[in-house]
Amino acid sequence: MTPGIIPAVELRGLCKRFGDCVANDGVNLRVERGSIHGIVGENGAGKSTAMKMLYGMYRPDAGQILVNGKACVWSSPANAIAAGIGMVQQHFMLAGPHTALDNIVLGGEPNRFGLINRKQAREGLENLSQQFGLDVDWERPVEELPVGVQQRIEILKLLYRDANILILDEPTAVLTPQETNALFHNLRRLRDQGKTILLITHKLKEVIALTDRVTVFRGGTVTGEVQTWQTNPQELANLMVGRKVLLKVDIPNAKPLPELALEIKNLTLSGSAGSRDKLSNVSFSVRCGEIVGIAGVEGNGQSELLQALLHPRDRNCRSTGTVSFLGRAVTNWSAREIRELGVGLIPEDRQKEGLLPGRPVAENFVLGLQRYPEFSRAGVLNSGNIAASATCAIKEYDVRPVELDIPAGKLSGGNQQKLIIAREFHRNPKVLIAAQPTRGVDVGAIEFIHKRILRARDEGAGVLLISAELDEIVALSDRVLVMFEGKIVGEFLRGTVNETELGLRMAGS
Amino acid sequence: MSRILQPILAVLVGLSLGLAVTWIAGENPWHVFKILCLGAFGSPYDLGMTLFYATPLVLTGLSVAVAFHAGLFNIGAEGQLTLGALAAAALGALWPQCPSIIAPFLAGLAAIVAGTLWGAVPGWLRAHRGSHEVINTIMLNFVAVGLSSYVTLYLLKNPETQNPETRSIGDGYMIHQFAWFGGAPVSLALPLAIVAAGCVWFFLAKTVWGYELRAVGQSQSAARAAGISAGNVRIIALAIAGALAGLVGVAEVLGNAGRFKVGFSPEYGFIGIAVALLGRNHPLGILAAALLFGALHKGATALDLETEHVTRDLSLILQALILLSVCAEGLWSWSTKRQK
Repeated sequence: MTPGIIPAVELRGLCKRFGDCVANDGVNLRVERGSIHGIVGENGAGKSTAMKMLYGMYRPDAGQILVNGKACVWSSPANAIAAGIGMVQQHFMLAGPHTALDNIVLGGEPNRFGLINRKQAREGLENLSQQFGLDVDWERPVEELPVGVQQRIEILKLLYRDANILILDEPTAVLTPQETNALFHNLRRLRDQGKTILLITHKLKEVIALTDRVTVFRGGTVTGEVQTWQTNPQELANLMVGRKVLLKVDIPNAKPLPELALEIKNLTLSGSAGSRDKLSNVSFSVRCGEIVGIAGVEGNGQSELLQALLHPRDRNCRSTGTVSFLGRAVTNWSAREIRELGVGLIPEDRQKEGLLPGRPVAENFVLGLQRYPEFSRAGVLNSGNIAASATCAIKEYDVRPVELDIPAGKLSGGNQQKLIIAREFHRNPKVLIAAQPTRGVDVGAIEFIHKRILRARDEGAGVLLISAELDEIVALSDRVLVMFEGKIVGEFLRGTVNETELGLRMAGS
Repeated sequence: MSRILQPILAVLVGLSLGLAVTWIAGENPWHVFKILCLGAFGSPYDLGMTLFYATPLVLTGLSVAVAFHAGLFNIGAEGQLTLGALAAAALGALWPQCPSIIAPFLAGLAAIVAGTLWGAVPGWLRAHRGSHEVINTIMLNFVAVGLSSYVTLYLLKNPETQNPETRSIGDGYMIHQFAWFGGAPVSLALPLAIVAAGCVWFFLAKTVWGYELRAVGQSQSAARAAGISAGNVRIIALAIAGALAGLVGVAEVLGNAGRFKVGFSPEYGFIGIAVALLGRNHPLGILAAALLFGALHKGATALDLETEHVTRDLSLILQALILLSVCAEGLWSWSTKRQK
């Protein structure tokens, strides 16, 4: 590092403890002014904690934060914002019914005698958006705008408040490939105009594509800092996990069996009056021993499809068309009967649909399995068997810590997901429905989860994979279906997938 | 640890605040406290009356707690217990010569069935029509009051008295009253309530249905994804809640009055909410909380006679202050902070 140049941000020996848990243990970080700096690390490695301290949301127990060479002590994000630091959260903080303009000026409205001067605000914003090439439709309600544009609005919010240091937390999690490219283009432009950008992400490809330097976190400390052009995804992954990680699981070809695991015919679910059908004439099938992936930007009918498959009797998800699992039409079946056929589910939203966050791990392990004869007889739970099976399973599936009594909500995202997978695989599923199986999960756990899904396929299960991660879909699926506005708009076989074309189909063209 | 400690501290804080109020009113707080204790536990009779008041509170507390574990708020225990008592009294009045071997069981069954139905109705409405159980249980309380008044005054009126009560039930229906409480009406209903607490604990902690019920209460969406029918669980939970509240009819009609008296309940159903809250929805906690509230109720009656400035209404003030201190999360944050 060249001495004499004052870095935009410097963290010196930051420590933060939550009870017995050490989240940050002496974090050192230097971010050059006018650079894009990647921050990578597994879940719970401490990267978010460090960024939250920089943004004034947490107070460090020890250590120093220097911004432009000056030591700073924040008591709230307001101080950090005043010092020119801005953060785009993973979940956008926008008021949906308000226009882009109102959202951006919210809290800093130019006003005269208490009346908002929208004209002045708009002029200022148009200058900003021209300067940085961030086009936005000012007068439409934010909720009607695509996610990529909403993100632009979030960035403009920071620029409007004169932020020079932008922190972005997982900014590409909800974007299509095209939107991601646009975002990267914009971020490079911001950097070239002198802004400093910190990018927190899981996606190593993006780090390589976009950043100038990368800092790797592991176990609450910084384990490496490298020039991006000198490194590669494999090296970063190894630094993150602390061992050698297989980024690409080696995938033998599928040997599909003749039986159909899942067959869907003409599934249609009408939307609310006046809007498009949520599902429109969806037909496809999944054979035993193959993985069928559904690619698509979120909100194009994937959730509705899942609900229609698993809860055909529920009034809100009732649809026309037929669903058959393992050759049996289930249109009038209850969710339990369907699951008892041998249908495993990794739900989209593990916090909401996968776990009882306040209950211990052991109770979560039997959720949905509670009526299995090994876990209950004549309605009475067999606590001994439950504890034994749960211990065995969380060891096999590497859920840490190996403790049955802690609430599942206290586990990290990756461990929660592994717990769910342990449970669903305990059913020996003949059909596995995996929705966003690796969302918010770290590299090591992704490798593990992918291997398990493949093993299920090779043991003869039919797998329906729904994911917003293109890499995952492309890597795992034997066939890829593309969903757009409730319709299946494309099908690719393994090895014939072209990412550009896939992205275009996902965007509806 | 803090799960047990916190309610106990809350009780102490609430009691001290309440006694401080009596000091402002011009009484010696220590004196008031002694009267309360003596009034509640001073003699076998006093103890008996405390237990007599505590018995229905155990049942209504359990009723609220079972619903709460399923994520439901049962404000209808009052209506459920009214109809439970009415059903037991009606059976006893209409068939007084029923053989005494089966009579208490039949009447108890009638009380349970009536309470169950009265609880299942809002459960069904919530499950299939999505209307909220809080509104429906409150409304059904009024319906229960009206229904019981009508049955009492127009169908089963006791001709021997001006009071709004039904004819006596046959002698064969009465359950055993314990002799060693100096005439206080402590009946077999007390052990029955304790057994009910044990059953509720076993049901919630050890059975598949209890597990499913708690799963729905924890996270409806997770339970649904796991194939548990939240609707059915809700109906079952409120039906059980109703059955527990209905058992109050056994304590009142078979164990004490021998008839249905309009307005017999000093709002056991609503105090049950407080009992469940203070007892942390755990059967053991509910037993303790019910005993405390029973003691406050009994002890405070002595205040009318023994003090100049304080009346039995102090019992309500104390109950309120104890509840406030249980709910005052800020007061307890230090204890959780320490744990972290």
